[in-house]
Amino acid sequence: MARREPIGPLDYTRRLWLRLWLLAVAVFLYAPIVILVVFSFNDSKRNIVWQGFTTDYYVKAAANASLIEAFTNSLVIALVSTVISTIVGALMALALWRFRFPGKPGLDGAVALPIVIPEICMGVALLVFFNRVGVSAAFGWPFSLLPIIIGHVAFSFPFVCVVVRARMAGFDRSLEEASKDLGASEWQTFWNVTVPFMKPGLIAGGLLAMTLSLDDFVITFFTAGPGTLTFPVQVYSMVRFGATPEVNAASTILIVVTVILTVIALRLQRPDKEAAKLA
Amino acid sequence: MESWRAQPAVFWAFVLPGALWLLCFFIAPLALIWLLAFGERAGPVEIDITWTLANYAGVFDPVYIGLFGRSLWVATVATVLALVIGLPVALAISFAPARLKPLILLLIILPFWTNILIRTYAMIAVLRTKGFVNFGLEYIWQLGTVVLAPFGLDQAVMGERFVPLELLYNNTAVIFGIVYVYLPFMVLPLYATLDRLDRSLLEASLDLGAGQIRTFFSIIVPLARPGIVSGIILVFIPALGTFLISDLLGGTDSLLIGNVIERQFKAANNWPLGAAMSFVLLYVTFAVLALRAWVAGREGGLGKA
Repeated sequence: MARREPIGPLDYTRRLWLRLWLLAVAVFLYAPIVILVVFSFNDSKRNIVWQGFTTDYYVKAAANASLIEAFTNSLVIALVSTVISTIVGALMALALWRFRFPGKPGLDGAVALPIVIPEICMGVALLVFFNRVGVSAAFGWPFSLLPIIIGHVAFSFPFVCVVVRARMAGFDRSLEEASKDLGASEWQTFWNVTVPFMKPGLIAGGLLAMTLSLDDFVITFFTAGPGTLTFPVQVYSMVRFGATPEVNAASTILIVVTVILTVIALRLQRPDKEAAKLA
Repeated sequence: MESWRAQPAVFWAFVLPGALWLLCFFIAPLALIWLLAFGERAGPVEIDITWTLANYAGVFDPVYIGLFGRSLWVATVATVLALVIGLPVALAISFAPARLKPLILLLIILPFWTNILIRTYAMIAVLRTKGFVNFGLEYIWQLGTVVLAPFGLDQAVMGERFVPLELLYNNTAVIFGIVYVYLPFMVLPLYATLDRLDRSLLEASLDLGAGQIRTFFSIIVPLARPGIVSGIILVFIPALGTFLISDLLGGTDSLLIGNVIERQFKAANNWPLGAAMSFVLLYVTFAVLALRAWVAGREGGLGKA
């Protein structure tokens, strides 16, 4: 690379020390996860030294009925809470974006509250609340997940609201007026003009909500009833029992599922971006 | 923006689902533990609200004050470390070529898509006595012995045997884990402000004879202050309330306030005391947020003047 220009005073990214720093941080962030994934294939019970390649622990994890149940529950929770928080969050964003009303700063602050308060406070509050209200236990399976889903929606819809509101800030309201002038009803305008503009925000917000739900430990830990198996709680008890390759295998599966879901969501978002470029 | 009176039906349809959800499943539960903090245990599950202040007094027991102190200390050290590590990273991303930016940004956010429990668990394999950091150190130790052996210095310099470092189950491990888990929270707001920075100000500073270091501290840091403040808050608050990281990585002497709250609600079954602790933690959080609002307000006022 003979024709490389000298490093300019503001070319911080081309400075060696900063590149090394970036590399070190990348190693810091990724090495533990990579090690975890690699050691899920380790043919050793104590899981400290590499002994040889095996997929035994995946077979074991797949045969572990409570792990499978926990995994299914967590996916159901993530999907349902994503749908609800996307709808609730988007509607709230539209209300805050479109209307002037008394008490608006108060509502604005209240919506931001679940984002800022320590998770553990919300977790114990929901634990006590569901202990007193007691929605679910009597009704059996899907209902036993209800407290967890409700908790997940409560902390993720404010994030959706922030994302969608940021998107709507760039909306030209004369488009709505034009639509109405051309004879569309209020509902048609909303559905054919406002919602399509909002869509990237909805996808980004929904993606965020799903990630938050799959990532969550604290709220799930406190809202899960004694008989309800969820992935984080199951893995937590396995970890407390000892670090085995089976935990690694189970964790790897969750990592892979999260990455696949994210890739799908990013793919879904892409045609939209191209449409925006054409417009 | 229009008045809600223009379309009341639409307004209520937009606002009600979220407002009710918030009221029923966030405000009401918090109000419930706020009440519990003034209660007394009347049986295994019954709690009478007697408006006693004994629970709050219990929080100010020297043992728990020490715990709060340690939590504040651990959260502060972790936040400062995250800032020191994250600032150069944010700088590198915002000055990277446009086509690389989203890629490096993705690199930083990606671990964030992994469950916090899994990331904390992954840390155990790295830090434990027979973990990867110690394996690396042992390798260096062996290398050192081989190199120094011909000079007869190996035993004097490297010691007789490799003694693995006790990295896990102490406060250092907890701080390490917090930095590991929450680093993306620091980098993102820093990047957001640095990316909007007016480059000509940096050029002016360098043209006028300030060195890189002086430019960094006199121009970049003050201009990036909103991002720095957001990053500090985003790391400090979850760090203060963490219980998972200290539970898995900490030892018996590194319990944090989050662990004690969890214990009151699960094993110890002393909900009123746990509720009082939660609210002290919440008040500390609000104090931090109020401090930020106050600082922002004062700076805004100065800017206008």
